[in-house]
Amino acid sequence: MADAEPTLRDTERAGQPVLEASGSWTVFSIRRVQRPAKRAERAAGSRRPSQVPEIDASKVERLDTAGALEILSLAGGGPDTKVTTQEGAHADLFRLVQANMRTPELEQPVNWLEHALERIGHSWVETALHAVNLCEFFGEVLVTFVKAILQPRRFRINAVVQQMFEVWIRALTIVGILCFLIGVVLAYQSVQQLRAFGAETFSVEAVGIAIGRELGVLLTAIIVAGRSGSAFTAQIGTMQVNLEVDAMRTMGLNPVEWLVLPRILALTLSLPLLTFWGVMAGLLGGAFACSIYLDFTLAQFFERLRDTVGIWNFYTGIIKAPVFGFVIAAVGCYEGLQVSGSAESVGRLTTKSVVESIFFVIVLDAIFSIIFLFADV
Amino acid sequence: MNEDQDELIPPGPLQEGGQIVDHRNGREVAIRVRGLRTQFGDQIVHDHLDFDVFRGEVCGLVGGSGSGKSVLLRTIIGLNYPRAGTIEILGTNTHGLHANALTRLQRRSGVLFQDGALFSSLTVAENIMVPVREHAGLDEETLWEVAALKVAIAGLPADAACKTPSELSGGMRKRAALARALALDPELLFLDEPTAGLDPIGAGHFDELVRSLQKSLGLTVLMVTHDLDSLMAICDRIAVLLDKRVVVGTMDELLKYDHPWVKEYFNGPRGRAARKEQAAVDGK
Repeated sequence: MADAEPTLRDTERAGQPVLEASGSWTVFSIRRVQRPAKRAERAAGSRRPSQVPEIDASKVERLDTAGALEILSLAGGGPDTKVTTQEGAHADLFRLVQANMRTPELEQPVNWLEHALERIGHSWVETALHAVNLCEFFGEVLVTFVKAILQPRRFRINAVVQQMFEVWIRALTIVGILCFLIGVVLAYQSVQQLRAFGAETFSVEAVGIAIGRELGVLLTAIIVAGRSGSAFTAQIGTMQVNLEVDAMRTMGLNPVEWLVLPRILALTLSLPLLTFWGVMAGLLGGAFACSIYLDFTLAQFFERLRDTVGIWNFYTGIIKAPVFGFVIAAVGCYEGLQVSGSAESVGRLTTKSVVESIFFVIVLDAIFSIIFLFADV
Repeated sequence: MNEDQDELIPPGPLQEGGQIVDHRNGREVAIRVRGLRTQFGDQIVHDHLDFDVFRGEVCGLVGGSGSGKSVLLRTIIGLNYPRAGTIEILGTNTHGLHANALTRLQRRSGVLFQDGALFSSLTVAENIMVPVREHAGLDEETLWEVAALKVAIAGLPADAACKTPSELSGGMRKRAALARALALDPELLFLDEPTAGLDPIGAGHFDELVRSLQKSLGLTVLMVTHDLDSLMAICDRIAVLLDKRVVVGTMDELLKYDHPWVKEYFNGPRGRAARKEQAAVDGK
């Protein structure tokens, strides 16, 4: 830009200090003036006149609000500073800026230790409140569920079926493929390790127990949390942003009954079905790997599985599935209903819902392990 | 009313720039659109559209729903690509403009979107600082001063600067969006339905604000609006989108323009009421 440099000059007129501004003062050009000017100001230090100088802006070529503000603030001027200008437009600008000048309140610097402690305290209180709210929400869901049992037409069967299609049928491919691959990897690894003891045929037990008890259901639950739990939060959250949920309430429709219950029911029913599918795919993957590395036929693999791995290894896995499904769906819906105002909170809470539901799944899995340990199954 | 005022201006051939009568008077053209054609699939929205906005005026843009007001605005801003025709903004043809030149041009115009389109994760002050920091490279302290000034100019209370858009009411959001649009002191201001969703008092205040800023900052304003009151109160000229083209005239000229939609729009009960009100204001 070929604009003249913005410059300030101290002069005196009839004994009064006058600050003369010239050049182009726009938001793009003031960067070039402010540093040297500020440094000069600091160097001047105590010699600065206590009296705010008059401003003569008649030599200013281009001016905008940022430029006018900069001239005024460099002069230490305020709303009452006298400004002379050549052009009427510039006078208008100065008048507008002077009428709206405010001294920005700068934030008080906070001690870092205080700051850190405050943050920690905040997050603890928040977590505690969150846990309380979540319990309250579980309660509300259960109450609605009981009401629906007493009045079966309150079950939105259509919605449940639609959601089941979404979270069960559409997840079959991804769950199947991933569990199959995990089965292959698991079998291959156990063959490698057990070969050292000459016990590689025990790979069948390793695969059967690991997939049946833990991996099948955990893997499925984690995939579903990432796939369906997040979708629940995003769907309900978007409805919340569009005020659709509030609209429902005004129509006398209970959002928990219409939005939450169908999703929870669908996922609680779907996760055991998906887990069964995942376990089967995992075992097939194990059998496939064994047929390559152990020279087993598929039939031999499944015979050995039947003879050595008890059916309870499968039951302990599948019992956990509906619980996981319930928790994933409930957390997803709960976070969706927590969305408020902006689209940004949809994104934040979707992330939160996935992290939280995976956290709960793993914690619950640990609790189940302890229960099964005492139940001796 | 005297006789020649009752005479209707027929929808005949228009002056250059879609004008009913020539308004140029040697004024500088800020936005010049010639032979514009926009099309989505088979649907032609504008065809052979000519349109001029002069520097320093407030031009209203009206039209039936679906007539392509917002599309025209978006095309002029550069968010839509026209199929044919040229758009000149501040003397620069935007077609095939180099990215840097386009950025320079965009810095000279501000846009107020219908719902504000404020960045929802940032506070109002940060919203205003975004374009200033990016394009002017000022230090943080000056940025704060500039942001505080814009907040005040837009008529917002000082504590609004530290709030996020979702904490503001609809009217305050509009003002915050206006403050952001004015962040770089643009020469051109585009407003998309600035008063939609505001109560009449708030809408009136917003109109006054736009008018006074336009005067003191010397802005050129193009606003899409359906608010007959703001058309009467602040627009120098009104552009009407009719049959894929634009007809521009002052309120008086359009009142005499012989086209069914125009007559219904300005002479309908609401149009008459708004005119009566404005006449009362002017008469005071």
